[in-house]
Amino acid sequence: MDLARTEVAPPARPRSPHRGSVARLGLMAVPVAFFGVFFAYPVVAITVRGLKVDGVWRFGRIGDVLAQPDIRHVLWFTTWQALASTALTLLIALPGAYVFARFEFRGKQILRAVVTVPFVLPTVVVGTAFLALLGRGGLLDELWGVRLDTTVWAILLAHVFFNYAVVVRTVGGLWAQLDPRQEEAARMLGASRFTAWRTVTLPALGPAVAAAALMVFLFTFTSFGVVQILGGPTFSTLEVEIYRQTSEIFDLSTAAVLTLVQFAAVGAILAVHARTVRRRETALRLVDAGATARRPRGAGQWALLAGVLGSIAVLLVLPLAVLVERSLDAPGFGYYKALTRNEGSLFLVPPIEAVGNSLRYAFAATAIALLIGGLAAAALTRRDAGRLGRLVRGFDALLMLPLGVSAVTVGFGFLIALDEPPLDLRSTWILVPLAQALVGVPFVVRTMLPVLRAVDGRLREAAAVLGASPWRVWREVDLPMVRRALLIAAGFAFAVSLGEFGATVFIARPDNPTLPVAVARLLGRAGELNYGQAMALSTILMLVCAVSLLVLERLRTGLRSDRTGEF
Amino acid sequence: MSTISGTKKITAVVVATGLGLAVLSACGSSDSGGEDGSGSKTVTLVSHDSFAYTKDVLKAFEKESGYKVRVLKDGDAGQAVNKAILTKDNPQGDVFFGVDNTLLSRALDNGLFQSYEAEGADGIQAQYRVDQDKHRVTPIDSGDICVNYDKAWFSAHKLTPPTSFDDLIKPEYKDLLVTENASTSSPGLGFLLGTAAKYGDDGWEGYWKKLKANGVKVVDGWEQAYNEEFSGSAGGKKAKGERPLVVSYASSPPAEVIYADPKPRTAPTGVADGTCFRQVEYAGLLSNAKNTEGGKALIDFLIGRQFQEDMPLNMFVYPVVEGAKVPDAFTQYGPAAADPETLAPARIADNRDEWVKSWTSLVLK
Amino acid sequence: MLKLKGATVRFGGRAVLDEVGLDVAEHEIVCVLGPSGSGKSTLLRAVAGLQHLDDGRIFLDGRDLDGVPAHKRGVGLMFQDHQLFPQRDVAGNVAFGLRMHGESKQRQALRVEELLTLVGLPGAQGRAVASLSGGEQQRVALARALAPRPRLLMLDEPLGQLDRSLRERLVVELRELFAELGTTVLAVTHDQGEAFALADRVVVMRDGRIAQTGTPLEVWQRLADAFVARFLGFENVTGATVSGEAADTPWGKLPVPSDTTQGEVTLLVRPAGVRLVPAGEGLRCTVAARTFRGTHVAVRLQPEGAPRLEAACALRDAPETGDEVGVAFDAAEIVVLAGVAGL
Repeated sequence: MDLARTEVAPPARPRSPHRGSVARLGLMAVPVAFFGVFFAYPVVAITVRGLKVDGVWRFGRIGDVLAQPDIRHVLWFTTWQALASTALTLLIALPGAYVFARFEFRGKQILRAVVTVPFVLPTVVVGTAFLALLGRGGLLDELWGVRLDTTVWAILLAHVFFNYAVVVRTVGGLWAQLDPRQEEAARMLGASRFTAWRTVTLPALGPAVAAAALMVFLFTFTSFGVVQILGGPTFSTLEVEIYRQTSEIFDLSTAAVLTLVQFAAVGAILAVHARTVRRRETALRLVDAGATARRPRGAGQWALLAGVLGSIAVLLVLPLAVLVERSLDAPGFGYYKALTRNEGSLFLVPPIEAVGNSLRYAFAATAIALLIGGLAAAALTRRDAGRLGRLVRGFDALLMLPLGVSAVTVGFGFLIALDEPPLDLRSTWILVPLAQALVGVPFVVRTMLPVLRAVDGRLREAAAVLGASPWRVWREVDLPMVRRALLIAAGFAFAVSLGEFGATVFIARPDNPTLPVAVARLLGRAGELNYGQAMALSTILMLVCAVSLLVLERLRTGLRSDRTGEF
Repeated sequence: MSTISGTKKITAVVVATGLGLAVLSACGSSDSGGEDGSGSKTVTLVSHDSFAYTKDVLKAFEKESGYKVRVLKDGDAGQAVNKAILTKDNPQGDVFFGVDNTLLSRALDNGLFQSYEAEGADGIQAQYRVDQDKHRVTPIDSGDICVNYDKAWFSAHKLTPPTSFDDLIKPEYKDLLVTENASTSSPGLGFLLGTAAKYGDDGWEGYWKKLKANGVKVVDGWEQAYNEEFSGSAGGKKAKGERPLVVSYASSPPAEVIYADPKPRTAPTGVADGTCFRQVEYAGLLSNAKNTEGGKALIDFLIGRQFQEDMPLNMFVYPVVEGAKVPDAFTQYGPAAADPETLAPARIADNRDEWVKSWTSLVLK
Repeated sequence: MLKLKGATVRFGGRAVLDEVGLDVAEHEIVCVLGPSGSGKSTLLRAVAGLQHLDDGRIFLDGRDLDGVPAHKRGVGLMFQDHQLFPQRDVAGNVAFGLRMHGESKQRQALRVEELLTLVGLPGAQGRAVASLSGGEQQRVALARALAPRPRLLMLDEPLGQLDRSLRERLVVELRELFAELGTTVLAVTHDQGEAFALADRVVVMRDGRIAQTGTPLEVWQRLADAFVARFLGFENVTGATVSGEAADTPWGKLPVPSDTTQGEVTLLVRPAGVRLVPAGEGLRCTVAARTFRGTHVAVRLQPEGAPRLEAACALRDAPETGDEVGVAFDAAEIVVLAGVAGL
């Protein structure tokens, strides 16, 4: 034995016990570089600009700013409205997630696309549409004389409007793939329907619910447009305050302090979330979604379906319908026809060209987000112990940070950070999809990761032993299983970039306006035609979104029938 | 098998198309966005989103001067100024247009501009001239921020529309006015400055107390005020706005006519003449501009008669150069305010932040 | 052909594989036998490249496999629960390795056909894996593992989940098949019957170490220690003091062969060496249980004040539960084991 050892004396170099981790770190290099250059660097640059005056750090500002009662009020309001909005959204949307996951009914595909549309509409448009529901002369006003437009309820309900799809897609997507037989097994063991759900399905859904709740909380915590329009000057979130301080008041040091506060808050949320999810994430028994849905049975299920459809109609469809109605409020599609002309010279091109721009940007942003997010998700799939594992997990949370940082911070950061060759991207349009992808990547990662992690690791090993390189393993084993998730992620990324406004408005070129930017500019001018065109463009944006999402649905169901065809 | 690989192809095609588009368009944009301007024939104008012009007018300048003009719209008026200040060491363009008298001091104090006395500056009406010793900025246009009223509403209620600041605090106009947040909105700030000009350092706060008691509503932006709350605008009518008085521009009534189809004979809204504050917009040659010669030529062009006369129907502002004609369509539906309030830029500079702060705690809290 | 030298894997300080040395010759079928947790699966994973070695070396055809990733090792591994790719049909699964090795479509199809015929599933190419029975899945998994002609085929509990009759049939088929193909096989199992039926050589593992190795017959005849004996199902293991041709045990003085090691030893009395004699003769026992084993009856006997004894007897001689019997011992079936009793 000793002889044999001297024969093949081990080399002096330390063995690398984490070769796989090293490879994964390599995979992460691209996302890391992307986030470093297009997120961390600009945000740090603008924050430093605010806190470092004439070469001297002014950390004292932090205390000063936080001592202001106004700022404290903002912090308090930001937190509680986010909590309330999240709770309300879960309350209203979880039954929806269930209905979409487990029931088969006519028009389900279209409805699934419809509920996602609000998520991608620019807040300017949504605010307008929403006022029509809750404001004066709105439905509630006409029926019961109730007006909510000056109360915090308007904000909360608008947050539900925006985030309904987040819950339905994140939770419902997984729910549809949970094996109903597990619940049946629990019921055979004597559990009531509710107990079976609570003890079997709920824990399995836990990570998805947590992920969705986190998303909603993040979105509402950093809510900007909705609060600005529906909240008026009296309700202000941290994000709105950062925007005001940066963009309007130009008090960069206050903005920098608030940015740090928001950063810390979001970081804390993400850390807590990462912890809970890690504890609860387990390999799930996933089945084909098509096999789990069936027509509702019995009065209770029909009533549930009706309730969900009713809430969708009132909360989601009605405001959208108002939008369409207003866009048609000119004889012979007058507003739409006006879009093809270039007479207002508000743009250098006819407003209708914004549709093409938006699609182009959205395609590019989706591609970037899928590439970056896909690499990150692949790198994060396996969880390792030890230091590298922690590093990898930390990165997981870092990817979410762009969702928690004000678009104005990023936009202004781009201006001062990316101003030297080779990164002088300030006036190239690629900056727009880059900024949009920043927001899209977390969606891709969040959607794909749970599914990737639920894939049985031994299937990958089986492929590796059969000669598949790590990349082939991913392509041959993971990709087919996550293709559905990938499409959902792509849909989200696409939709998000279509509707992204905050960062885009800072960097979009006037000859390449996107739909939301065009809508905002039209709304920013007086005159019936401008207003009508804004409504018409919003309607077009809505339709583009709905069509894109429907195409994805089709692609998805196409996949599904392939798979079920085998059974 | 075959169907699976089929959908795989679709995914691949989608991804590839996206990437391809990104690359293609990145290439495509490099030639339009390129030519950094150093000694070149491109001159870049940085402005706000409301900057608008007739294409032929700019083409004429390009033909005449030999420069190619690139326009970079950079957010609303405040944002555009702020961004220009942030990037002043490495500016995005050569000329900045669109800093108004309410923000002028911020631009000047931060060294945004370099001196240039425009050719033809002597033709500018005296009342608009500022910074006469250093010539860092050149006035380009002016406009008035005024209370607009809904004609139909006032005739239906058999009420005379208000005409002055004093009218607005009268009981018959209780709960009728909507204005904008002075800390976030340019017309909101203008209206505040108008009251400060009218009532002075000691009086304006008392005026606003009365205005508040008289039910003034404050919203964050002009869009909400005008398109949602105001009952007289096209948007507001649809939104069933219920405030017949709004702080907007003197040029809003003509816009209601020009952007209507069919066009009404008269504007549906009017301007309360005694509630106006004059806003002046300036342009300047950016410090560290790469193409200073082109920039100078462009500023000369901006106060040239052709551009001055092109502005009103594009940006709904008035020319500042003596003798520049304003189209009938413009004056017909909304003449310029006869005697607007004004404030010296220095006075604004000294007091703006303090006033806004007091106003915020007085009105919003 | 396969050579392990001091192969060691530690999980959190505990050695799951402890300095294991093992040689597998060309065309040999080696079966690693051990209870769960003995490290036998880790051994396979280490050879496959799925588990990193903390120490030691693995050579395949003389090549050091250190640093060679799983997909470049050219070994095949059939997983315990098959791990067929659910989204692919039978042909897609079998052809997977061929595709990874860049075989042409035509050659893939030929090879798939050949292998499916070989494993007894001709024409199953288009079937979905979910529609296969357990035995069929096992065959497909085997075909998939064999398809790229691995230098070494490894089987992890190859028949573990199948029912008994199928298992017994398949084990014979497998042996014939490997003999025919000349495949070198390293299999792990916890089932001794399976191991003995399949293997040219058996390796018994315990706590990450190799306890015994040899042909099935060698292992069976010369059990290395009490652990191996108990693991192989022998109950009658006890500590004993040998002097001359007698051993002092809890069951009394037992005759032992003349060449037996003297002093403190561990003794195994094979069930066949426990002869039933009429009550009143030999060691007095009560019949505690009897189990019909097809060819014989296993009888559990409870002597007074001593551990139970297991005896094997013909069907017609088997006493009823509760009967009183006497027990005599046959020196030829009593062997001395290495190691200490009671393990």
